[in-house]
Amino acid sequence: MADLATSTVAITVDGKQVVAYPGEMVIAAAERAGVYIPRFCYHPRMRPVGMCRMCLVDIKGPRGFSLQPACFIPVAEGQEVCTTSAAVRKAQDGVLELLLVNHPLDCPVCDKGGECPLQDQTLTYGPGESRFVEEKRHWEKPIALSSLVYLDRERCIQCDRCTRFADEVAGDPLIDFVGRGDHIEVNTFPDLPFSSYFSGNTVQICPVGALTATPYRFRARPWDLEQVESTCTTCAVGCRMAVQSSTNQLTRYLGIDSDPVNHGWLCDKGRFAFEAVNGVERLSRPLVRRDGELVPASWGQALDAAAKGLRDVRALHGPDGIAVLGGARLANEDAYAWAKLAKSVLGTDSVDAQLGDGLPAEAVLGLPRATIDQACSAGAVLLMGPDLKEELPVLYLRLRAAVVDSGIPLVELVPASGGLSGYAAASLNYRPGEAAAVARALVGAGDPADEVAGVGAQALRQARRVLADAAGDVVVILGRPSVADSGESVAEAAAVLAEGVPGVRFLAALRRGNVHGALDMGLAPGVLPGRVGLDEGREWWSQAWGVIPEERGLDAAGVLTAAAEGRLHALVLLGADPASDFPDAELARHGLAGAGFVVAVDTYLNESSRQADVVLPAAGYAERPGTTTNLEGRVTRMGQKVVPPGVAWPDWMIASELALRVGGDLGFEGIEAIWDEIERYAPSHAGITRRLLTSPLARDGVVAPLSEETATHTVPGTGRPGGGPELLELAPDTGGATQPVPAPIDPMSDPGIDAAESQGISATEVVPEVTSGVAPEQEEGEQEPGPSGAERPPPLRFQGAGSPRGLPKLDGYALRLVSGHTLYDQGVGVQRSPSLAGLPPAPRLRANPYDLDRLGLTTGDSVRVRSGHASFVIEVVAHSGVPRGSAALPFNLEGQSAGELIDASGPVTDVRLETV
Amino acid sequence: MTTEVAPIVTRRLAAQEPWTLQSYLSDGGYGALRKALTMPRQEVMAEVDRANLLGRGGAGFPAGRKWSMLRKAEPVYLVVNGDESEPATFKDHLLIERDPHQIVEGTLITAYAIGAAQAFIYVRGEFALGLERMIQAVEDAYGHGVIGANIFGSGFSVDLVVHPGAGAYICGDETALLESLEGKRGFPRIKPPYYPAAIGLYGAPTVVNNVETMSNIPWIVLNGGDAFAALGTETATGTRMFAVAGRVNRPGAYEVELGKNTFRDLVYDPKLGGGVRDGRELKAFVPGGASSFWFGPERLDFSLDESKVKGEGGSMMGSGSVIVLDDTTCAVRAAWRLVRFFHKESCGQCTPCREGSGWLEKIMRRIESGHGRPQDLELLMDVCDNISPGVSWPSRWPPNMTTICPLGPSIPPPVVSSLGMFRDEYLVHVKEGGCPFG
Repeated sequence: MADLATSTVAITVDGKQVVAYPGEMVIAAAERAGVYIPRFCYHPRMRPVGMCRMCLVDIKGPRGFSLQPACFIPVAEGQEVCTTSAAVRKAQDGVLELLLVNHPLDCPVCDKGGECPLQDQTLTYGPGESRFVEEKRHWEKPIALSSLVYLDRERCIQCDRCTRFADEVAGDPLIDFVGRGDHIEVNTFPDLPFSSYFSGNTVQICPVGALTATPYRFRARPWDLEQVESTCTTCAVGCRMAVQSSTNQLTRYLGIDSDPVNHGWLCDKGRFAFEAVNGVERLSRPLVRRDGELVPASWGQALDAAAKGLRDVRALHGPDGIAVLGGARLANEDAYAWAKLAKSVLGTDSVDAQLGDGLPAEAVLGLPRATIDQACSAGAVLLMGPDLKEELPVLYLRLRAAVVDSGIPLVELVPASGGLSGYAAASLNYRPGEAAAVARALVGAGDPADEVAGVGAQALRQARRVLADAAGDVVVILGRPSVADSGESVAEAAAVLAEGVPGVRFLAALRRGNVHGALDMGLAPGVLPGRVGLDEGREWWSQAWGVIPEERGLDAAGVLTAAAEGRLHALVLLGADPASDFPDAELARHGLAGAGFVVAVDTYLNESSRQADVVLPAAGYAERPGTTTNLEGRVTRMGQKVVPPGVAWPDWMIASELALRVGGDLGFEGIEAIWDEIERYAPSHAGITRRLLTSPLARDGVVAPLSEETATHTVPGTGRPGGGPELLELAPDTGGATQPVPAPIDPMSDPGIDAAESQGISATEVVPEVTSGVAPEQEEGEQEPGPSGAERPPPLRFQGAGSPRGLPKLDGYALRLVSGHTLYDQGVGVQRSPSLAGLPPAPRLRANPYDLDRLGLTTGDSVRVRSGHASFVIEVVAHSGVPRGSAALPFNLEGQSAGELIDASGPVTDVRLETV
Repeated sequence: MTTEVAPIVTRRLAAQEPWTLQSYLSDGGYGALRKALTMPRQEVMAEVDRANLLGRGGAGFPAGRKWSMLRKAEPVYLVVNGDESEPATFKDHLLIERDPHQIVEGTLITAYAIGAAQAFIYVRGEFALGLERMIQAVEDAYGHGVIGANIFGSGFSVDLVVHPGAGAYICGDETALLESLEGKRGFPRIKPPYYPAAIGLYGAPTVVNNVETMSNIPWIVLNGGDAFAALGTETATGTRMFAVAGRVNRPGAYEVELGKNTFRDLVYDPKLGGGVRDGRELKAFVPGGASSFWFGPERLDFSLDESKVKGEGGSMMGSGSVIVLDDTTCAVRAAWRLVRFFHKESCGQCTPCREGSGWLEKIMRRIESGHGRPQDLELLMDVCDNISPGVSWPSRWPPNMTTICPLGPSIPPPVVSSLGMFRDEYLVHVKEGGCPFG
């Protein structure tokens, strides 16, 4: 796409003057002007191919008007376009009749019926009846392209959308055209299923019912579906989507095109994990342990039991005897309520939304921030985080596009190769635990002469050159590259980069759904809501919360260690399953056993909550309204579509009720009041009012802290800034966060979300006018006094995480372990979704061919892998993307999880391979 | 009567094993290359420009102008199109099989003229013998030092690759050919960009020329563009090969002087087509390959001049194939046979061609086999109209199209021509429930 901002081109569409942008296609310019040109193959997020010929319009050339594909003709000054001429009508009618020649017209049994662009456009533009009396083309129907996607080739109209998506957008060219003429078909290559993490998108963009997804096939008719707009919380990217249900069952998620975030795409895990919400084994009643067994109880009994246990521990051991783990599954309001309960009512700062698999909250909250868009238009991107394809799939899509389409150079600083390695300009595969050394070599003076932490001098020079040549600021994607080492070195590396790369900004890449929101809301040791430190924020927050813990508490590893050692006595698990998710499974088990009293708030019983004394059923995704925050700090609203199973409650309500029973009052009667308190007190969220969040300005959410741009948006026609209560007239108060903002949706870019006839594409879209100037509360030095006069605390600044521990010497027979998550694993979302449960790969240990050679091993051999904690037999794979001296094993797969091997007490985990 | 001129591209075809390097050298082969390499590039280009050599592939675009349209960028590619695949078109076939060195020499001269360091000859995959000989010719030419580095010490270097097609007619379309050459599916590229001269192979400026066009280049360099332009007429210079097929006594490929000869010469000259077989009457003829509009006997005296055939006749000389239908030929069956070919060869990219070709084929087959309905005639015309809007007979030029490439508009001509000229035959098929020709 051309630079849309620089200049404009005037064209005429049906006699109407239209301002277009250079490089824009006629179809897009006309659409903005309110003229909808029918189309099948055109998709605004993919390269046009001009194949379906549905968008033929009359465009005036030197020889007069001629039929041209509007999706492929760029606008030109003075261009005349006619979309209503007899020739155009005839062409549209003709193309539709021809499309239906070999289309089976089995609409009554087709899932697409009722939301089918072919149906809709035939009604609007096509012939009333077909003159085709011959035998149609036949194919076996349907065939499985993968376990998730079925293809009915008889329905296919060869629009090239799915194949283009797989190749251009997903980078998984596993489906393609086979054959030619009217026997052309989409198919996979022999023995290679369409096993893309993004395959569900092809189903959504298919303009007919050719592609169907197994979780939705024959489940519902579109006209029976209700929907709300929401944000996916399967991972932290925060893709916008429509949540659809029928008879209080979630039936389908569809991606919505949010320009700064997901461009309409979803990963298959996010798309199909709704099955887990519908699961019959969902917790629907509170459970209390009696005589060693968890038995159903009423809310009153369960809350009393939980409160008594917590009160007893507090009385005996003080507030530091209690810890709260988890909360990344929660909505922001829930997380805030729990933070308030833990830190002010219970009085403990040992609260951690991360389970030892992330980074210190100070590093996530206290570095200069970047958005996804900024990362994708940066001078260079430095990835120091997990395999994004596995952990944050749609961020992977965005970055892949940035590299492939925009030529943004990517440098990887990761211990083993991953999904983006093939696109990286330089890959620095360091020895686990030594990221900081490589970061120093990257920003230090002078090219390194020798290898650093296993990274060759040549690769380092290449990476230094990329960063030096960067045509703009560098953005670091900062996450936890491996859970098999402590992450201290990564935090230190981040500090080195923050110091050594001028203008650098960071995009956090933690994995869990709302982990960034949970950290913002204070669910971490040493921080308070609004991205402020415990000490800096104490005075300010005491206005809202009263008591604030005196001492910094423990993080998850500290909590589990203390519990295992008998120093911590009560544990509250907020949708957390440390037994499966904490990197060191052994420590997690000991910690759970050592904590005398465990309360679990969850949607399912899992390995950890099965050991709890009280289990409280929580409302799950799409079962409660609220807001969520993605990895950019973007706050968006989630919709409620179904009611929770049984008597399950939203987490904030559980917190409120529990608070009352342990002798406190959170003071909340609804999530609106919670959000208002957050907006009022949390410095990072000042100005993000409910009114702003429900206004059209917040269609793609609002990034916290409020940018100058958003804070000073002028509401057109009023001259008023759009950040505060001034929006009153623009958006009537809906009283809650459940009412979705109606967004103009193109049914052909999001088929299934709306019908073509009622598309209502807004020609008068509200375009925010940005005025210069700075919002008063943003101004440096001039801080608005708090509600009772206290000074608003300064934002957290990451100063480094202290010097990391020294690393043990790697002996010549050992390999240093690297471990990260795969998209499909043993987690609840996957395992409780029948369509996904079979997709996790068999665990295999990857190691450098050199190391395997030394041991006389080759791909496919079995080997015993042994650490200080455990040993098991596993298949090995020779992989040059794992540097010498390292071994990579996925986390949380069935049977041989790296978690059994990892020792969280040390900075790294070394393993030995023994031939069997 | 047919004018007698010395043949240009076919002059060596009757020789003993004319495809060998030895035979080519003994006839002064690669002398034109040696001469061209002593000339400035612009001069070589100017000679071809003066010759007004129209492309012999079908579109008839002046070769010299095509070369001069190249976008100024490095690298530049030359691609020679030898993917001749239409029914009854077999002139390039002969040139490839019997005089590959002539093509190689023309290619090398052209590469020099346009500044290409890499050239390709794309040969139809089914030409097994032609491929074998072309590959051998290129190998021998490398051995002889006329391809490769610093040819004849001129400082000019070029590499030449022979690329076999994989059996798709559509790859004869220059942009589909480029896609195929790049290792992709043979889908014609959508316009804009309009010309490979701007964005061609691997995005680089590219000249795509036909095998026969290339075969003319050595002669033009040796004898001068003016000598070439002196042949034929002002609008139709030089000679051209025609494949004469169908119901004639002497089917074959013949090289004749353009402009001064007529279709009647091609069909009836005893040295050429030799008249209609068995003394039958000529019923109609296809003047320029399967995709051209048919002519009746009244147009036999049209001269072989593309401007006349197009301008006055509303058809084209196209691929240089003349198919003769006599009075024992069923017009419906003949048209169906051609439509069936296009149906099989439609690439499947554009809806109107993909679906329309099959639909037309099915209707034609139904009529021919006696299951036609009166309304089918109108339906045929309307389906044709949806592929090529405003289609009529004779057609306007160029045809309107709803498709990316000209294969779409290639389908209606046999249907529309046969319907326009022999509507009665269609009606007999429909009324009598079968083909009157048996």
